[in-house]
Amino acid sequence: MSKFLDRNLTRRAVLGTGLAAAGVLAMPAVLRAQDKSLKVGVYGGYFKDSFDKNIFPEFTKASGIAVESVAEPTGEAWLVQLEQAAKAGQAPADVSMMSQTSTLKGQSTELWTPIDPAKIKNYDSLLPHFINKYQDGRVAGIGAVAWYITLVSNTDVFKEAPTSWAALWEPANADKLGLLALASNSFLLEVTAKTFMGGTNALDTDEGLEKAFTKLAEVKPNVRLWYRDEAQFEQALKSGEIPMGQYYHDVTGLAAADGHPVRSTFPKEGGIQDSGNWVLSRASKKVDEAHVFIDYMSQPAIQGLMSRKVGTAPTLKKDVLDLTPEEFAAVASEIEPIIPRYDLYTTKADWINQKWTELIVS
Amino acid sequence: MRREPPRSLADYTPLVFPALMLTVFFVIPFSTMIMVSFFRRDPAGFFKPDFVVDNYARFLSLFFGNVLGFSLMLAIIVALCCVAIAFPFTYLLTKQSRKVQTVWLVCLLSVLSLSEVIIGFAWSTLFSRTAGITNLFVWLGLMTEPQALLPGFGAVLTGMVYQALPYTILVLYPALVRLDPTLLEAARTLGASPIRAFLNVVVPALRNTIVATLIMVFVFALGSYLLPQILGRPQHWTLSVLITDQAIYQSNIPFAAAMAVFLVLMSLALVGLTLLVGRRENAG
Repeated sequence: MSKFLDRNLTRRAVLGTGLAAAGVLAMPAVLRAQDKSLKVGVYGGYFKDSFDKNIFPEFTKASGIAVESVAEPTGEAWLVQLEQAAKAGQAPADVSMMSQTSTLKGQSTELWTPIDPAKIKNYDSLLPHFINKYQDGRVAGIGAVAWYITLVSNTDVFKEAPTSWAALWEPANADKLGLLALASNSFLLEVTAKTFMGGTNALDTDEGLEKAFTKLAEVKPNVRLWYRDEAQFEQALKSGEIPMGQYYHDVTGLAAADGHPVRSTFPKEGGIQDSGNWVLSRASKKVDEAHVFIDYMSQPAIQGLMSRKVGTAPTLKKDVLDLTPEEFAAVASEIEPIIPRYDLYTTKADWINQKWTELIVS
Repeated sequence: MRREPPRSLADYTPLVFPALMLTVFFVIPFSTMIMVSFFRRDPAGFFKPDFVVDNYARFLSLFFGNVLGFSLMLAIIVALCCVAIAFPFTYLLTKQSRKVQTVWLVCLLSVLSLSEVIIGFAWSTLFSRTAGITNLFVWLGLMTEPQALLPGFGAVLTGMVYQALPYTILVLYPALVRLDPTLLEAARTLGASPIRAFLNVVVPALRNTIVATLIMVFVFALGSYLLPQILGRPQHWTLSVLITDQAIYQSNIPFAAAMAVFLVLMSLALVGLTLLVGRRENAG
């Protein structure tokens, strides 16, 4: 699941150039002269920079709690560090942004202090899939940031926007697609299940997974590029070299706004929504401050601010948000999203990875 | 210069530094890798110290066998191409004036400053349909419409040969510069054509250099993992690509380590075999 973090860095770097161009200097990560403080782990690079600049200073102003932001390393290294530090009673960060798979892995060792829903004012307005629960119902994590991967196409080559993920399978699109190279960052098994098998529940059984793999194998002749690096695909999409594929909704929107002939479409089966949670290390003693922080981050106004400034999809229901329809459409859609089956990437990770690699390599 | 056998312990001191470097930069990391390759993978976490052979067992399959075979074949072809291009080139270079040689060598050194990423993206643009060299061919009237030359094996091979060629030339250059010119003069006096003299005198005289260069380029090419991804299709991905997937994306360090150990052992075996064959031929 580390590709989740890894990918973020590169894609965020792409996004970041837009904001960096604005020429605003980032605030220093440590805001001093406050009595109360909180260490917050954020994905390094674009996320940390824009949170340091746009979000954390506002939080400190509102709550009087100083934030020391910590750049999380890529991959699952941060989970492992938190885990080992917690065994020694240390918390390198109190609150951390954590990928869904890492949140699940942390649950298995009770690494996360349960979050009290009563202290989160907008708890009931959170979209249900942004509440990550332990088996027994305690809350392990609350949605922090989310983004969509959608069906993108070059407008010069495809005059009509595709409407369904089924377009990936169409024989007319032979050798025209760019798709993400790994099962656990492309989420194409989920896309296959939602498009052809009635929903991602079809992946519950091994037979269902086998069927999805078989169906997915049919897409292979259409794929020109299996990419790990976004820059590779984005360039080819803009030039029309590879005119269709899956890519990030917000980045594609920025490229279109810059005049490139690209569009991002939410297919009728929904865009793929990937996300990260706020989690609290069990070794942290700042439980109260952490709740104040998560409560603050889950407010409609702050979710709106993040959508506008950072480009993330809101974690709250649309009706409580103050986003204009255009602002909302720039980061999300009302079509029900495809939520990745993160559980599969913890319980059957190696099996799926092996099948996937054999599928695309051979 | 006469070499004297070392007599006291102090005579061995010049060996201390290289031995230390070898230990720090090879023995310790490689031992760690071997150790980790026997650890138990924990899918819900990271890995636990243990002694299991599962990681090697998983590798012993037709699928990974094919990938390993492809990686070795690709590295061998890259090595052969590089030496086949670089050897005549370097030979001709040494026949030029001092000034011309300097200019060429500076240009080659500047190619070394390009990273694998830049080389990969540059070639992917050159081979693209929309902006690539085929547009030039169309303009010249050689082709009717522009074509994409990637992804494909040819693109991967071109990129990798381009990347390894400067190293090959720089390794061959000193040996060719020092080649005794009287050898060639003798051959020419005895009536050999320049090409025949080159093939029958220069090449055999430098056989050991050529073998050493082949091995160096082979090992260099074996580690390549970015160019096959950028310029190739999945079937052109080398074992190094799959090792990276396991180590970075799947957090399966034990399996990645086992694959890496296998790759190192296979390449050491091939290098050993080459040296053995070379020695036998020299003796015979």
